[in-house]
Amino acid sequence: MAIETPTPPARVPPAEWELADVVLDAKIPSGPIERKWEKAKFEMKLVSPANRRRFTILVVGSGLAGASAAATLGEMGYHVKCFCYQDSPRRAHSIAAQGGINAAKNYRNDGDSVYRLFYDTIKGGDFRSREANVYRLAELSVNIIDQCVAQGVPFAREYGGLLDTRSFGGALVSRTFYARGQTGQQLLLGAYQALCRQIQAGTVQMFPRTEMLDLIVIDGAARGIVTRDLVTGEVRSHLGDAVVLCTGGYGNIFYLSTNAKGCNATAIWRAHRRGAAFANPCFTQIHPTCIPLSGDYQSKLTLMSESLRNDGRVWVPKQPGDPRPPNEIPEAERDYYLERKYPTYGNLAPRDIASRAAKQVCDEGRGVGPGGLGVYLDFSDAIKRLGVERIRERYGNLFDMYERITGEDPYKVPMRIYPAVHYTMGGLWVDYYLMSTIPGLFVGGEANFSDHGANRLGASALMQGLADGYFILPLTVGNYLAQAKLPKVDLDHPVVRAVEGEVQARIKRLLEINGRRTVDEFHRALGRLMWDYCGMARNEPGLRYALAKIPELREEFWQDVRVPGSGAELNQELEKAGRVADFFELAELLALDALHRDESCGCHFREEHQTEDGEAKRDDERFAYVAAWFWNAAGPPRLAKEPLVFEYIPLAQRSYK
Amino acid sequence: MRLILKIWRQPGPDAPGRFVTYEHNDVNPHMSFLEMLDVLNQQLIRKGEDPIAFDHDCREGICGMCSMVINGVPHGPQRATTTCQLHMRHFKDGDVITIEPWRARAFPVIKDLVVDRSAFDRIIAAGGYISVNTGAAPEAASILVPKTDADRAFDAAACIGCGACVAACPNASAMLFTAAKVAHLNSLPQGQPERYQRVVRMVAQMEKEGFGHCTNHGECEAACPKEISLDTIAQLNRDLLAAALKGVRA
Repeated sequence: MAIETPTPPARVPPAEWELADVVLDAKIPSGPIERKWEKAKFEMKLVSPANRRRFTILVVGSGLAGASAAATLGEMGYHVKCFCYQDSPRRAHSIAAQGGINAAKNYRNDGDSVYRLFYDTIKGGDFRSREANVYRLAELSVNIIDQCVAQGVPFAREYGGLLDTRSFGGALVSRTFYARGQTGQQLLLGAYQALCRQIQAGTVQMFPRTEMLDLIVIDGAARGIVTRDLVTGEVRSHLGDAVVLCTGGYGNIFYLSTNAKGCNATAIWRAHRRGAAFANPCFTQIHPTCIPLSGDYQSKLTLMSESLRNDGRVWVPKQPGDPRPPNEIPEAERDYYLERKYPTYGNLAPRDIASRAAKQVCDEGRGVGPGGLGVYLDFSDAIKRLGVERIRERYGNLFDMYERITGEDPYKVPMRIYPAVHYTMGGLWVDYYLMSTIPGLFVGGEANFSDHGANRLGASALMQGLADGYFILPLTVGNYLAQAKLPKVDLDHPVVRAVEGEVQARIKRLLEINGRRTVDEFHRALGRLMWDYCGMARNEPGLRYALAKIPELREEFWQDVRVPGSGAELNQELEKAGRVADFFELAELLALDALHRDESCGCHFREEHQTEDGEAKRDDERFAYVAAWFWNAAGPPRLAKEPLVFEYIPLAQRSYK
Repeated sequence: MRLILKIWRQPGPDAPGRFVTYEHNDVNPHMSFLEMLDVLNQQLIRKGEDPIAFDHDCREGICGMCSMVINGVPHGPQRATTTCQLHMRHFKDGDVITIEPWRARAFPVIKDLVVDRSAFDRIIAAGGYISVNTGAAPEAASILVPKTDADRAFDAAACIGCGACVAACPNASAMLFTAAKVAHLNSLPQGQPERYQRVVRMVAQMEKEGFGHCTNHGECEAACPKEISLDTIAQLNRDLLAAALKGVRA
């Protein structure tokens, strides 16, 4: 899929937003950074163990954050209801994470520490995340590894029986723990098993094949959700004392991404429409190492773990349009461009930088494979150095997967890779306690915006999901419940009835359009638009074009989409239609946020703002803040700014040279 | 490529099902099997017909959601490959392909190719875990695991819970699935305290769910997309026998 230069229509309406009349309080504890979490924990109000079962907590999503939060809250004695759209909580998309999980254990004696992991993450995020949150994440990373090992997660071991580690992008230490190329799977199964144990114990009730379609807010507090049973079609409400959303990111807005097909933004978007601020929606990560597109029928893109860059060397021919197969191109005529441009980090440059570098060489006509949209990831040197067996042991399943998809053997010919949408750093705004702007609505994992700034480092998503779920949410939700004075509500409450009615009406409307185009046709068109104008590189005319085009396409969707079948059965087209309808609304906010952020930072690359050698150029004077957007039914979105203060790590231009 | 597809259509759990034949003229050899079905579904929707319901999610071979019997073989002809990772280059122009759901009493059909596999979750809930509350874990490096044990545990833990083993077994036994989890946890030092209870409880739950017994056909191993070994079943049986000798009950 070629990236075209945007051709804006002759006249475009100016993008609009208003400033919100809100002061966002992140509630960051005072005191030195290494004492903040301890202080927060001490100041929290506690619910007595005997009283916990009186509280019902609704956890939506069963990935790393959701499953670990639900399991831990259950262990503590709360009454938990957990929901997922898949047929089993074990299938949440955390399962597909390959490479590893970071932790500041310093088992390698290579100079790692909590402080260094904190520093690397702030720097990797291009100074657009909160210092206090990131420090806590680094602190908790060590507990996560302990917990997972105790659960029986089969991490890679050395011959002495100790844990093995490897390196990931954006770090010069070896702090990534891994289980072959299936770390996400093994960590998720650990959390899933802990969850199953609580289901058996009766503390957690599990609702698989159930999708959250709206949030119930009563007297300003989140009190429940409206769900649709995906098998019977039944729409019903679940009430509780707090709602925890761990529903993942919105990468599927681009249609083609490394996300699972079902990943969607409906839960967080519906919560946004009920009053939860959405932070930094334009921070979307493009992962540098994915298998390139093969045709227009393509339904998703497949990631090749970043860990491959430990041993693989990225290159393209020096000569544009070089027609020779890779093995016939001599060493002198190859450009190992990451090693050339970033000698210190080399092939382990962070994701945003590696992706843009790949785009640059392809834009120069030096890309390889069909359409020139690919670069080589070559293992021949590593195979020579370590032997095929060692490489097979480290990456065997990834090599097999590559061969199954492409029909090429990466032990013999270099892999071809190209960047693809992978992760979204943006998400619902949360304070230090992971509570959104709606009291009682908590958000964990990829669904919140909290820790990765404008670019997430590899092996940090698993760390954040589990830190939120095992160690933060179980305490902060309790702190809220201990203080909240919540009146009793039941299913006949007028607000509950009203929200249910809205959900029913929306389903009915989708089914009645009976137009000519399928949901997928609209989703592809939206995805293409987002990729071309809101993808790896963005500029003002392109964003204005997208902002004009998205509402047009959305209007067409509501006039002309065809959703077959009924609402009272398993109806996968209806599921998709609801999700795509929400993507259309979120897409507009994403583009607006990208337009408003008139600087480059991390993954948000505005072509107008780059250094001479094409690196992202931040504007800290104007944009060192979190952009938190509020839904405004009557007019343009309202923007609130949470200033970012860097007390420990001075703002500096990132350098990986 | 042109294909003839014979696909199991069943409107609901209690409705009778039947094979419906579709001609598919729009197949590219680089498509995945599910993308081939996506294209067919798009055509069906445009024609005003009900698209074929099938489970799928990650499409990377790891979530375990996709579940089709293709020409009589769960996940189709390519060894160690889930349906979503199977590509059409393994078929020939003019091929007739039969597509069915998993068939087992414990996996009732919900619609078309979608079945209910919640019995697997209940087997795990019966004992497929190590009891450690959050926060109670010792320092990770204090637990030494010999590399060979860790590797063996990993090989078993690679199970994706798709159910191909059940679909392949003439008895519709869930022995390989259950054994994979028993072997994973029972191979590790962390799993020792609950070793015998675990195996007894999980096997009891498996029987309660209506899965058949294992009679050593080995079809499960051949169909497993993650190549879980029959050795795990031997390990389960050893532990089950030892548990009986020790008088451990469910």
